[in-house]
Amino acid sequence: MKQYVIIGNGIAAAGCIEGIRKTDNDTPITVISGEKYPVYCRPLISYYLQGKTALEKMDYRNKTFYADNGCNVIYGKTAEKIDPEDHTVLLSDGKNIPYTKLLVAAGSSPFVPHFDGIETVEKKFSFMTLDDTLSLEKAICKNSKVLIIGAGLIGLKCAEGLKDRVGKITVCDLAKNVLSSILDDDTAPAVQAHLEQNGIEFFMSDSVKSFDGNVALMQSGKQVDFDVLVTAVGVRPNTALISGIGGEVNRGIVVDTKMQTSVPDIYAAGDCSEGYDLSVDKNRVLALLPNAYMGGFTAGVNMAGGNKEFDNAIPMNSIGFMEIHIMTAGNYIAEKDGGTVFCKKTENDIRKFFVKEDELKGYILVGNVLGGGIYTYLIREKIPISTLDFENLQNDPNFFAFSEEIRRKKFGGVV
Amino acid sequence: MKRIFVNEEWCLGCHLCEYNCAFANSGMKNMALALKGKKIFPKIHVYGNDKINFAVSCRHCEDPLCVKACISGALHIKDGRVCIDKTKCVGCYSCIMVCPYGSLSVGETGVASKCELCLDNACGSPACVKGCPNNAIVYEER
Repeated sequence: MKQYVIIGNGIAAAGCIEGIRKTDNDTPITVISGEKYPVYCRPLISYYLQGKTALEKMDYRNKTFYADNGCNVIYGKTAEKIDPEDHTVLLSDGKNIPYTKLLVAAGSSPFVPHFDGIETVEKKFSFMTLDDTLSLEKAICKNSKVLIIGAGLIGLKCAEGLKDRVGKITVCDLAKNVLSSILDDDTAPAVQAHLEQNGIEFFMSDSVKSFDGNVALMQSGKQVDFDVLVTAVGVRPNTALISGIGGEVNRGIVVDTKMQTSVPDIYAAGDCSEGYDLSVDKNRVLALLPNAYMGGFTAGVNMAGGNKEFDNAIPMNSIGFMEIHIMTAGNYIAEKDGGTVFCKKTENDIRKFFVKEDELKGYILVGNVLGGGIYTYLIREKIPISTLDFENLQNDPNFFAFSEEIRRKKFGGVV
Repeated sequence: MKRIFVNEEWCLGCHLCEYNCAFANSGMKNMALALKGKKIFPKIHVYGNDKINFAVSCRHCEDPLCVKACISGALHIKDGRVCIDKTKCVGCYSCIMVCPYGSLSVGETGVASKCELCLDNACGSPACVKGCPNNAIVYEER
């Protein structure tokens, strides 16, 4: 019997289900979900701690999503092995599930480096899943001193979520800058200063050398007392299912623009995959929710016999921390690499643009982010900026900077 | 499906659409009470200069990027319209990051705000279009 199988039950899986059903309404879909929840919004875990959302609001789709889409979800089991010859997936309970087309959307796992004495730390957590979050929530009280290792997106979102629920938060990171994956020297210090004003303590260019119970000895020689430890150093794509059968894997599972892996009838999407990144013109792991959905959707359409390509993925982030907002996208091409960099700073606002060969390649907005999607559009569609009033557009992203003809097309017809 | 389209050659830049939008979505019966002396949060915005003006609101795209980018499941498609569940939105603005038209804005409470064609409020069809004095925006099938 023909059957689609999806390993994973996150955003890429949801996208895949919706992609399959664009083309094929009948063939059953089996979803293998390691977590015991229907697809939920992982990026909301910090908002949950913060009280900005509630568990019942965190579902990604409505209650009838799986039933409406003819999906059978196997909860609490994981895929152990794929047999590409037999077209079966071996589950952790020993059962074999046959597939016609398979999506691997196995996500990523927190990377926890080794620290001497880590075994003496009683309360230690990662911050990625709902279960991580619920365990962390149980471990904190209003006097807790929390140490977060990692000043990236996950670490700082965790800090924001915990801020009003604990006594003290200290964040350390080997990098010089906070959010080093999305900010640069012009923008990171402003964000760090804002977080410091909100009571977060930072140890940058520093990390833990060793633990002794509730004391962290830092590489700088300083000591940090804490009750609760969160490690948010980074994540690693879950690639073992594909590398285990000789499929092509770099940092992530390598896919083409149709989201197909090197193994016939097997696709991959989301955090475990490494697909084409338009901003650097090569494959890269882009572990971001929008790309997970779009990659999963593309895979679904193709698995069902349609024809779709996902060839304009770029890194992009929109995220707020304690009332300061950050929007970034693309590739920050420096002047030394032939780029032209435009930077405008005002008291509450930084706007930075990276241009090369008449195209916008990347941007960083801190503060006012309204209309930022127009910049993202310029990057993804490679719009020649000489056709625009780019000077005007940098301050005020709207279609006044475009030609009348483009406006007529965009706002006078169905898009 | 009927959508809002722009005839920029007729737009006077009067911003009435913005006021009518804010009023229609205020849930109040008296326009002066609803808007006077208050900062308004319309879902349509007029851009331009002293010569050229045009009003931008949600295009209700057939394949909306905002829905795909939404991290909270708040944005969804309802009978062809792109709608937002404000109780689910957490204000991350991923939708603003991907909307190629700059159509979404931020509402009074800090969550994302967008045009839903006034089909869920008392107005029943777009208040911006009803109140436009010069047919610079129209609501029709194209």
